[in-house]
Amino acid sequence: MRILVAMSGGVDSSVAAALLRDEGHEVVGVTMRLWGGPSDTGCCSAADVDDARRVAQQLDLPHFVFDYADEFARHVVDPYVADHRAGRTPNPCIECNRHLKFDRLLDHAYELGYDAVATGHHVRVAERDGRPLLRRAVDLDKDQSYVLHVLDPEVLGRCRFPIGDLTKADVRALAAELGLRTAAKPESQDVCFISRAHGRRAFLGDRIPLRPGRLVDTEGRDVGEVDAIELVTVGQRRGLRLAGAAERRFAIDVDVEAGTVVVGGTDDLLVTETPVPDLVVHTAARDELTAQTSAHGRPAPVELVDGGVRWPAPHTRVAPGQAVVLYDGDLVVGGGTAGR
Amino acid sequence: MRQTYLDHAATTPMRPEAIDAVGDAQRTPHGNPTGAHGTARLARRWLEEARESVAALVGRDPVEVCFTSGGTEADDLAVSGFAERGAIVCGATEHHAVLYPVERAGGRVVGVHRDGGIDLDALADALDPTVALVSVMLANNETGRVIDLDEIAAVVREHAPDAKLHTDAVQAGAWLDLGTAAAAADLLSLSAHKLGGPMGIGVLVARRDAEPPPRVLGGGQERGRRAGTQNVAGAVGFAAAADALNDDRSAMAERVRSLRDRMEDELIAAIDGATPTVPREHRLPGTCHLVIDDVAAESMIVLLDEAGIATSAASSCASGAAGASHVLSAMGSDLGAASTVRLSLGWCSEASDVDRVLDVLPDVVRGLRSRRAAVAGS
Repeated sequence: MRILVAMSGGVDSSVAAALLRDEGHEVVGVTMRLWGGPSDTGCCSAADVDDARRVAQQLDLPHFVFDYADEFARHVVDPYVADHRAGRTPNPCIECNRHLKFDRLLDHAYELGYDAVATGHHVRVAERDGRPLLRRAVDLDKDQSYVLHVLDPEVLGRCRFPIGDLTKADVRALAAELGLRTAAKPESQDVCFISRAHGRRAFLGDRIPLRPGRLVDTEGRDVGEVDAIELVTVGQRRGLRLAGAAERRFAIDVDVEAGTVVVGGTDDLLVTETPVPDLVVHTAARDELTAQTSAHGRPAPVELVDGGVRWPAPHTRVAPGQAVVLYDGDLVVGGGTAGR
Repeated sequence: MRQTYLDHAATTPMRPEAIDAVGDAQRTPHGNPTGAHGTARLARRWLEEARESVAALVGRDPVEVCFTSGGTEADDLAVSGFAERGAIVCGATEHHAVLYPVERAGGRVVGVHRDGGIDLDALADALDPTVALVSVMLANNETGRVIDLDEIAAVVREHAPDAKLHTDAVQAGAWLDLGTAAAAADLLSLSAHKLGGPMGIGVLVARRDAEPPPRVLGGGQERGRRAGTQNVAGAVGFAAAADALNDDRSAMAERVRSLRDRMEDELIAAIDGATPTVPREHRLPGTCHLVIDDVAAESMIVLLDEAGIATSAASSCASGAAGASHVLSAMGSDLGAASTVRLSLGWCSEASDVDRVLDVLPDVVRGLRSRRAAVAGS
């Protein structure tokens, strides 16, 4: 099979490429140039590209760099900024998977005559009723099924995730055995286009005005203020300047139009339903249907209702913009984006 | 599979004479050219002989030749050096080795016409008596567009009489008689590896009244213009390539030009929507730079590479990705987003190289277009 491996310059995709090569596939490595600005590995992540290229050399694979900076700005960075401006909490990794890795790159691979795209994501693919579904990785700590839930069965049929059966320790051991320079490379940060040195506040502040907001309680009384409402996430506790609050207070709603953040106690943070306007369900659950609402959150039992999900046991509010991913055991059976 | 090399504009294989000269030099013990003993004198002699060969290639006095680590350093020496004395002006299609130092110095960038020629009215507008240096490349690395420096010099003389004219002749060096084509320039940059010499050595040629202040300080080598122990074997290789080129330039250029013309004519006939970026009469003999509609440049490069054909799209950023070309964007906003392929021939190109790309590229484009149509329709 002719397989195009997306090589990010990290250890996971390095080993993914090596495994596919050793299985006898015709493999070519591609590094996507996504972000043209500064990052923690230099301009255009040049150091990561160097790592990916060196690994491809060591594996004797052709390696190319595809420039998707325009698409990345349009589909990932601009919506990320717009979401914050609208008081939502976006997950740019999901949008990157949706629009870049498994759309643009997949099309590009097809155009070039490749049969499949492989990545170093920690997930597996399982079949149910003859259709591929995403399955959690063997290494549950590293499982990335949450951020890949947007891949529908048609797309999954053209994807390969060679390291989903391995633990991270196995991956590193294999990389070390092969002498790959990425063997001991640290995990990448959360949002690749925001550098640690400057942070989210500076990144957003350069692009949109950050406005102060009023903190009000559930009765609408002023209880404090926050200096940038665009940076507040539903569920957040720290960073809210509250005057003399006796108990722990959380942001439970962000209204950028009104310039207010509603704060409440632990009870106010719990809900019985979460709106998910764009919820997609690939297949009905056979066992208990659960939902996960953050990348490393625990799945909780859930029921489908019109326009969203209902939690049989009260559940922490999901910040608008975050994904709600449906599982049947360790299979991803659907998902969508939480509304307000 | 035999490799078909059509990326001579990026770098061209070393001439056999240069390979032998470098090998001989490296095998023969030679000292540091600044030393005061026989072994050092040998190195110094090679260096000065090399200087004469390069001077002969450009039709200048050897004292004007200053060895550098390559074309980029030569450009920076000229541009950043003169920026200490006044304003800098350059063309919008300059190589980044000129453009970036000009931007850093707060210089002025002059637009170009659709055919890649400098907008002389805009140049005149950008000039005034505070301008210390005007930098305009003799031939563009992406498009192969050749600029008439005499025209540029006339405008500079009229509007900024004290300004010096610098030309990045790195791309032109393998093809044009620099003694005439670059006669109007006070300063000129060259790189050995573009004309059959080794990588890692170049020159800035500067008239005595147009020497920039030094950038790299140290042991005072190159008459203080550029410190650091010289790359003696590199200079020897550069000289051997320069001599070989001086001997066969016009015959070689005409031979390659006819190969290029055949390649371009047949590709345009075989591929719908293939257009040269600049007219042939304004172009270096080795460059064929085509806009090809309805395909991604990166995809063409990948599939040509799979077929063993080395080409490039445009300039590359440090990451190796083909970014949007500032050269084409300057020539026309629609061109900036165009997909291009640059097939560049060199001194050792053969008819079989042309035959091979004629066999492969039209099929590559057809395949990409049909699969892209399938993606769009799905």
